Amino acid sequence: MIHPIPSGTRDVLPDETREARAITDTLRRVFEGHSYGEVYTPALEYEAVLARADMADARPAYRVFDESGAVLVLRSDMTVPIARVVATRYAHADPPLRFCYFAHCYRGVRPQRGQPREMLQAGIELVGAAAPQGTVEALTVLCHALDAVGLKDYRIGLGDASLFPALMGSLEVPEQLRAGLLEALVMRDFVALQEMLADSGISGEDAQLLLDVPQRRGGPEVLRDAPAPAEAAITGLRRVHELLPDDVAARLIFDLGLVRKIGYYTGAVFDVYDPALGTPIGGGGRYDELIGRFGRSLPAVGFALGVDRLHIALAGEERGTGALLAGSGLAQGGDA
Amino acid sequence: MSSLNGLTIAVPRGALFNSTLDLLAALGLDTDELRANDRKLLFEDVGVITMRPSDVPTYVEAGAADLGITGKDVLLEQAAQRPGEGGREVYELLDLGFGRCTMVLASVAGPDPAVEALRRLGVMRVATKYPRIATRHLEETGRQAEIVEVKGSVELAPLTGMVEAIVDLTATGTTLRENNLVVREEILVCTARLIANRVSHKLKAGPIDELLQQLRAMPGLGGA
Repeated sequence: MIHPIPSGTRDVLPDETREARAITDTLRRVFEGHSYGEVYTPALEYEAVLARADMADARPAYRVFDESGAVLVLRSDMTVPIARVVATRYAHADPPLRFCYFAHCYRGVRPQRGQPREMLQAGIELVGAAAPQGTVEALTVLCHALDAVGLKDYRIGLGDASLFPALMGSLEVPEQLRAGLLEALVMRDFVALQEMLADSGISGEDAQLLLDVPQRRGGPEVLRDAPAPAEAAITGLRRVHELLPDDVAARLIFDLGLVRKIGYYTGAVFDVYDPALGTPIGGGGRYDELIGRFGRSLPAVGFALGVDRLHIALAGEERGTGALLAGSGLAQGGDA
Repeated sequence: MSSLNGLTIAVPRGALFNSTLDLLAALGLDTDELRANDRKLLFEDVGVITMRPSDVPTYVEAGAADLGITGKDVLLEQAAQRPGEGGREVYELLDLGFGRCTMVLASVAGPDPAVEALRRLGVMRVATKYPRIATRHLEETGRQAEIVEVKGSVELAPLTGMVEAIVDLTATGTTLRENNLVVREEILVCTARLIANRVSHKLKAGPIDELLQQLRAMPGLGGA
């Protein structure tokens, strides 16, 4: 019998569920241990409410009408619903507020690509804690959580969403070019970035800086000879670095070109990488203006991990194989 | 070290193959076995895997290769076309300059049958191997079109009357001329691009940047 389910969705059977449950139980213990209380919110929300957030390319993809004709969407992340919860249920509570969640989120996919439509995310939101301390706490919880589930070789890429816009601002890049340049960076298309800069009339030196800075990534030395226009963002990253415990700091890769596809990030942003997986396991960042859009202005930071991806990375590390690991034999040939 | 800085690279077979091997040889890679053996796919000693060009982004995105070389036409065809739709998640690092060709809209010589069809029927039928690029171009220019996807010999489609026009890649225009087709519009120019896996780009930043510097120092690749 064939009774199909939509591409990008899965039935999860007992063996996998058992392993995934062990991961989420461990994460929950770490999150709760850091005083993050678990919340549930509805998978369906009013489109008009969630649309207050700038989700850019991650906006909800599935809409339904309810019996009264209102438009409902399936949430595409948990950060925006929690921003709504904070503004409505905690309108007068003293910050900081700490929440964690284990929830399915829904994204649009391209057919035939094996992309998930429905994904289980595990994450935290820290509300009312400004940079750098709030960022430091989120990164620390993130590393404790990954350590606790037994992931060994992960690294955290850390950048700042405000860096490139600030760079364009102080170099007085014409307003009408900025969206296009940022889009090229978000698409990770450095060739397009270079072509746009060449056609823009921006002076050679400034253009070189706009092309070069977002490609700088590596250890703390990346933060040392920062160009003056990016100073504010880089000072912020430096302060986070200074305040981090050593074991967390050792995991960092500073990445001046890191941008995330979701539009609401305002400051530090981060991605979690593991050599056992060709795509990031999760990520997060600061969204200091998002909750204000729902009526309570509070700085905030959070992250989400893809439980499936974490599971794959753990299994890959266990086997000593995986996308970028030596186990493919190819990389070994290279390292020899 | 026999591979390029310890990196695995996805190399396209087909039109870009020889130029790609010349480039890799100029970087110091031993390409003799690659040139000698056109059935083997995996060259572990030199960190090279070979495949058809349209598969290169797939392998690089998954991390089966750290880097890859493929045409801009392939990248555009697989890119996100609309907000919320996932494209290939790879870094596009460098325009390698070779493999230069043009994506064109062409139709049978003489009075343009596509224009005639649009005027009288309100829609033109267009055959292509690049349905997404074709759809986008026609949408951007405000024309209604019925896109017919074919896998090869696109030139046949207008000659049989199945369609009024084609969207295809041409380097010299010879095949088009031989089939009595003329270029009506140039859509975009495509060249070979160097792409990178997004996790490799971070975890292997040193080797990748070193390679980029070597490439940029090459004549004709002045780049970024």
